[in-house]
Formats: sequence, structure tokens, C-alpha cells
Amino acid sequence: MASEAVTITLSVNGEVTTQAVEPRTHLADLLRMRLGLTGTHLGCEHGVCGACTVFVDGATARACLVLAVQADGAVVETIEGLTDAADPTLAALQGAFVARNALQCGFCTPGLLATAVEFLREVTTPSRADIRERISGNYCRCTGYHAIVDAIEDAAARLAGRGPT
Amino acid sequence: MDPLGAIDRPNSYIGRSVPRPNARRLVEGRGQFTDDLPSPPRTVHVAFLRSPYAHARILGIDLDAARALPGVVLVATGADIATVCSPWVGVLTHFAGLKSAPQHPLAIDRAVWLGEPIVAVVAATRALAEDAIDLIRIDYEELPAVTDIDAALAPGAPVIHSALGDNLAFQLRLENGAVDDAFAAAHAVVEDEFVFNRHTAVTLEARTILADYDASENRLTVHQSTQTPYQMQDVYARHFSIPEANVRVVARDIGGSFGMKLHVYGDEMATVALSIMLRRPVKFVADRLESFVADIHTRAHRVRARMAVAADGTITAMAVDDTTGIGPYSAYPRTSAVEGNQAVRLMGGPYAHRAYRGTLKVVFQNKAMMSQYRAVGHPIACAVTESLVDRAAAAVGIDAIEMRRRNLLTDDVYPYTSPTGYVFERLSHHQCLDALERACDYASLRREQQTLREQGVFRGIGLAVFIEITSPGPAFYGVGGAHITAQDGCVMQLDPSGAVRVQVSVTEQGQGTEAIMAQIAASAVGVPMEHVRVVTGDTETTPYGGATWASRGAAIGGEAVLITGRVLRQQLLDLAAAILQAQPETLDIADGLIVDATDGRERLSVAELARIAHFRPDTLPPGVQPQLAAARNHVPRGQAFAFTNGIQASHVEVDIETGFVRLLGHWVVEDCGRLINPLLVDEQIRGGVVQGIGGALFEECIYSPEGQLLNATLADYLVPMAGEMPDIHVSHVTTPTLHSQLGAKGAGEAGTAGAAAAVLNAVNDALAPLGARLTEIPLTPQRILTALGQIQRQSQ
Repeated sequence: MASEAVTITLSVNGEVTTQAVEPRTHLADLLRMRLGLTGTHLGCEHGVCGACTVFVDGATARACLVLAVQADGAVVETIEGLTDAADPTLAALQGAFVARNALQCGFCTPGLLATAVEFLREVTTPSRADIRERISGNYCRCTGYHAIVDAIEDAAARLAGRGPT
Repeated sequence: MDPLGAIDRPNSYIGRSVPRPNARRLVEGRGQFTDDLPSPPRTVHVAFLRSPYAHARILGIDLDAARALPGVVLVATGADIATVCSPWVGVLTHFAGLKSAPQHPLAIDRAVWLGEPIVAVVAATRALAEDAIDLIRIDYEELPAVTDIDAALAPGAPVIHSALGDNLAFQLRLENGAVDDAFAAAHAVVEDEFVFNRHTAVTLEARTILADYDASENRLTVHQSTQTPYQMQDVYARHFSIPEANVRVVARDIGGSFGMKLHVYGDEMATVALSIMLRRPVKFVADRLESFVADIHTRAHRVRARMAVAADGTITAMAVDDTTGIGPYSAYPRTSAVEGNQAVRLMGGPYAHRAYRGTLKVVFQNKAMMSQYRAVGHPIACAVTESLVDRAAAAVGIDAIEMRRRNLLTDDVYPYTSPTGYVFERLSHHQCLDALERACDYASLRREQQTLREQGVFRGIGLAVFIEITSPGPAFYGVGGAHITAQDGCVMQLDPSGAVRVQVSVTEQGQGTEAIMAQIAASAVGVPMEHVRVVTGDTETTPYGGATWASRGAAIGGEAVLITGRVLRQQLLDLAAAILQAQPETLDIADGLIVDATDGRERLSVAELARIAHFRPDTLPPGVQPQLAAARNHVPRGQAFAFTNGIQASHVEVDIETGFVRLLGHWVVEDCGRLINPLLVDEQIRGGVVQGIGGALFEECIYSPEGQLLNATLADYLVPMAGEMPDIHVSHVTTPTLHSQLGAKGAGEAGTAGAAAAVLNAVNDALAPLGARLTEIPLTPQRILTALGQIQRQSQ
């Protein structure tokens, strides 16, 4: 049931915003409905599909499993912010996703990219099996995952200065 | 001259793996999925109270507390909605005898499946609407639920729709050749009962609709996550009695569809009704639980099948008996008979035997509705046929690949009419089989299998030959009375800048429709692809057409774009000839330039031609009227469908202690006719394979005997994850259809058609030395361990 709004202040994509939110509002709804950041998608709202994956304080999180009030004081980064900031890891992944056709409908893509960005910041030379393991928390219903693995492999190679394989 | 003419030249984009122009905005988070669109002023949100029972009479509804909640705008029952929306019946006349009952957006008096919407609550926010739902009290009388297909047909079974007399929605019997004689004379007869459990589409973007009725103009605008804007425009016009010209349906980005987003759903119809009642925009976004209980389900079949084989391995006859449960209604407007109809008509399709009998029963039950989903009927036909082919091969002691080589239709039979009446223009079974044998190095896999068996490791190789139905003509729906067009339209114009604007009726759900149409248009006119802008998905701005389903987009929409582009090209050549005082046939268009046809010398750019035509027609010779737009339509006329074919192989390892299946590799060789963009086709094939593997290993809507769906969350319903999937190797054989200039057939169903069969055969091949065999999918660890005798068979 509805209850009194709580005022929170957080940084989203480098801009500080103060919002009055119901305690039951999750971060994804705050991003989408209040801030117009519709690149964060909702696929299941119970933390399984990964479509809503964003960065909270530098680590990936399911925006549907984080209440907005929990993000009070947090630094949140979404696909829009990382794109506009020309994050080099993301840029390499975006280029590879387009070149390899690693997306079809594109609904899962922002969440997948967030997971892949975090992965490639940690691991420079992943095997295909490593990649498959790491992105298993992000569901894709259109592709066969094969092209996504290709694209992440290519991006890793480019970031390591090896060029696409 | 090559029949393709201008598009087969070196600068053609046909056959090139170019990236999709619309992919960039999706990777930057700038998609325009329906729930991403800015809400119009005064938008309100609807949530639905859904039946908690599979079958229940509604004795009373108390809405007072819900209506009193601040922020609630309207609470409406089924009877309220029925005042503005006429009911529908999911039958078509070409399925003789198919019956169904009138269906309303919301249940009235009685709910017939778990999840059927009963009450709609409109409020300022979705959360408030859900709050109000908690305040509604409904007095139900639970009724006996009919869930099992045999129980539904048993004498004395409760009849779901009493006016229909029984629970049998449709039946069909096909027979060709002397079937009984062939079985009597067989060297061996193999026989099995196959069970295919229900699964569902799980599009990551759930169904979403924003309906906006403007009473001042009696105008309805619907933004909707749908594959078929024109079909929905017709549905809304007829069921809400609004002139069709006043209805606009817009489908921007679609987050997966797979055939699920072309059916009429009560909750979506109710959303439109509420917008009309309230004269303001109303939005509905299904949540994941609603998607599981209200999206169509698929593939609920029980098939008893037999195959007769001669001592030399020749298949001589096949007989199947398919019973399929479709929920309480036949889906509208395409019916729920197509799935079973295609399953029994595709059985045995790749093989040369002439004796065939197929019977089909389509049964009502108190479960979610079942209807068309990607590769309608194909996986059923393929799994039954290919599983029996493996058993027949074993019965006569022939290797699986050799068995297929001996029995597949040979190259000299085409055009060929199958025992079930399908006409195959030209299939390439033997080329595909040979290519697959090389691609997976079949002989090595067999040697490795033998070595590992001696070490207690059980690997299997499964083959699946498939036929795919693509590009349906008017015989598919139109002849049965459905307002579902088989044609597609294209309008193409030259903009003042020299860019080419292509408006086309086929839609994009990620297949790459817009890229492919741009490739075809650029090639047909003779301009760079970057100069082509494709517009899709809006009934107001694109010509009428069937849109994207049944693997028809590239073949039918692509042909429409090709022929329209050729008309525009000729118009531009005529205009250029007038300006250059030359004969049109001495000129050509290449890479955005008007050139001499003989030596390729540049005469005029298309951009300059466009500038003159738009802004300086005064400089043209007297009487010249520049024609800068062209429009054409295309409908398949030469054949009912464009059939394609291919073969898949799956390589698996089964852990006989845990029952887990590890996928080691998957290969596909397929023939979709002219390949327009291999990069896009390959991944579409792979995506289809993974959906098929989902059905083979993971995906199942598990119902209790009372009709409760037990696993309606994404945590409980398993879909394939990246870590479980193998690399999928795709290659092509190309047999263009001669019924179009483009020569493209479809590719959307191919992966899904054969993947489950290949995995089923691979698992059974792995388990063969242990005497275990499975004929029910998904192949869960529990079912595998049961087949191995490791655990007891459960009563369920």
C-alpha cells in the first residue's frame, strides 16, 4: 500500500538529484519514470533476467532489486550516462555489438552491456567459457548468445590493443 | 541477363554482412519500446484482477472499497467493458468444423483459466491500481477444472462451453497411400508415444499497450508492442465500431515477439475499451507473472506415432495421432488449429515414403490459451519424425546419417507434392546432409563417442532434418475469412537531398528488417545504403501489409521493396535522360550517381537530380513532370508457401549420475533461398536454435491437476542461459525460389524447427548403450534419471 514519501538525494550519471519517493519504489522505476532514463529495462522485476542491470557505487546491481530509498547517497550510472561519458570499455563493447550483430530486439542489451563492462574492467583476456559464465545472469531471448560472446571477445581484444580477433 | 539485373552487380548490398543501421541507438539505451515512450497528458494506468482458479463461477463482485481509494479513476467489470467491445470467436472457415466460444475482454460470470482477467482498475499509477485490486472482493464458486487432454475428451467430462456440446475444438484426418498394407508388409515397425510439454515465449519485453481515444474526432491511436499493426487496426475498428481509417496502430521497438505478439488478448482489448470509456490515454504493461498466465502458451502435444521400414532401410509408411490442448478458447484472429494442422502435415515431410496417415484432435481445457509461437508445429513434426527415423535405423542396423541419405527426397523429384498436400518447389536435403556431415566431422564424433563409452563417458550425436514453412500466401488466413493480408506494400520516394525514403509494411522486432529493406532498396535504386531511410511499424505512415510473421518479411516485404525500387530507379533514369538529353537506356545509377551505362562515367549525381526536380523544375525541358515517388505491392501467387529445408546436429554429453545434459556443439546447415545478409541470418538461426533447445531441456509450464500454474516466475521457469549454450555453427546452401525476383525464402523458424529434435536424438544416442530412451521433453534431469532407472517414476 502507498505510504508517505521519503526524500532522497543521489547522483545519477554525474548529476545530483533530490527526489521524494514512496518506500516501495524501486530504483528502476525511479530511473525510468522520474528521470526519463528509459534505457534501463524491466524484464521480470524479481532480479532474474538482468535487463535492469546498472552501476551503483561502481558495481553492477539489479535496479529492480534496489529500493530507491536504498540508493540515497549512492552514485548510479546507467547506459545513457556511460555512453555520454564515452566510457572506453563500453564504447568498445558497443562497437563490437553493432559489428557482430550481438543484439536483435535490443531489450536486454543495456543490461548485458553493463555486465560486460564490469567484466572487462576485471578480466582482460577472457575465454569464451569465461564470457558465457559471466553473462549467464543476463537473459537474451532473441540471439543464440553466440554473437554476444563474439562481440565481448572482440571488445576485450580491442581494449587490450590486440584488435578484433 | 541475370534475373536479378541491377541488384546482382558488384556494388549490390544483397548477400553482404552489413551491420544494422538501427542497432546503434539500441546499444546506447535509446530504444523506443512502448513503455519508454513519453506518456501523453492525462495518461492513467490499468491493472487487472485475474482469476485465481482454473474454472470458477463468479457469484458476486464487491468493488466499493476499490472505487473509494484515492487515485482510482475507474473500476470496470467484464459486463462494463462489453458495452463498448464486441466479443470475438477464434474460428476460420478453412478449418472445417473448428469451433470456439465467444470471448470477451474480461470474464463475465465465469472464469475459465487461471489468470483470465476479471476486473480492470484504472488509477493514476500502476501501483495505486494494484492497491485497489487488493480491496476487491469476489465471491467464487470453484468448478471442476478440465486440464488433462484425455479427461477432457472422456464421456461425461465437464464441458467448458456447454453450447459447443463437447471439448473437441477441431479434428482432422489425412491419409495418403496404402498405409495399413505398408505396415503389414514392413520388415520392422517402430512405435512411440511422445509428450511435448507446454512452454511459452518469455519475450523480455512483456506485452505493452498505450491506447489513446480522442472522442472529438472519434479517433483511436494505439501504441502497442505488436508484430502486426494492420491486423490490430482492423481488429480495433471492428470490435470497437470505429471507422478503420480513424484507427492508428504504432509499433515502435518490439522487445521480442516470436509469434506471441500477434494474438488478440483480453487485457489489451480492455485497455482500449477503457480509453474509449474514459476518453483519455490508458496504459497497460504486463508484469512477468501476468505474462506467464496470460500470454499464449505453445507446443502442448501428445503424439502416438509409428513408422514402417523395409529390410534395406527404406521407410515405407508413417502414421501419427496428435492430441493437443489449447486452453479454453481458440485464439483470435488466427485460431489455435494452425499449430496442430501444421504438425500433422509436416510429419515425415523430408522423406520419400508415400503412405501416411495423420489424425489430429484439438482439445479445450482449463489452462492458458495456446496458439502460434515461432516455428508453428514444426518442432513437434520434426522431433517425432526424426526420433522414429533413428529408431528405424537402429532396427535395421544402419547408421543414422546413412539412413537419412537413403530416405530423403532426391534432387530429381521437384516440384514435389507431399503425401499431406504440401508442394515443394525445390529442396536441397542431400546437399545439406553432405555439408553437415563435413561441418561437424561426423565420422570423428562417432569415433570419439566409441572411445569415451569405454571410459564410462556417454556422449551422443543427434541429427534432425527439417522442412520450414515460410512466406504464406492468401491460402493461409485470408481464404478462411481472416482480415490478415498476405501482401505487403512499399512506398519509396526521392527526397530533395537525394536520400531515398522507404516506407514498408513489414515490421522490425530485431530480425534486421529495416537493414534488409535498406539493402534491397539501395541495391534496386543504385544508391549507397547510408542514403536510404526505412520507415516501419505505423499504420499512418506505411502502406498496408501483413507485417512480420511466418518468415515472410524478407521474402514478401523484400520483394515489394525490390520492385518498388526498380520503378523509382526507372523514373530517375527517365528524368536524368531528359536533363542530359540522352536516352534512358544509355544511363545507369550506381553508388548515388547517374552514369553512362557503357563506361560508368559520371554524368550527374542523384542528389543534384533531386535538387533540380524539387527546386528547379523550371530548368527542365517543356512538359517534363518529375516523378519522385513509387508504390508497389507484392503477394505470393505462384505457391501457397515457400518451403525451405535444412539439417541440424547436436553433440551432447549426459552425466548419468545427475541426469544433466551438457551441450558440446550444435551445427545447422540451412537453405533459406537468396541470402540477403548472412550476419543477420546466422544469428537469427542461432536464436531459433536456442529457443528450440529451451523447449528440449528447460522450458515447461507446469500445471497442477487443478489447473494451477506452479512455476509462473522467471526464477522457477527455466530459459537457456549463455553458460549452458554451445557455440552454434551455421552454414548455408542457397536455392533461391523462382517465384520471385529476389529469390529469398524465410529463415525465422529454421533454428527452432529442428533444435529440439536434434537434442532429443543426441541424448537418446548417448543413453542407447544403457538401454534408456526418452520421448518426453523437456529432458529434465528427473526424466533422464527416471529413464535410466536411477529414480522411481513419479505419478505425475
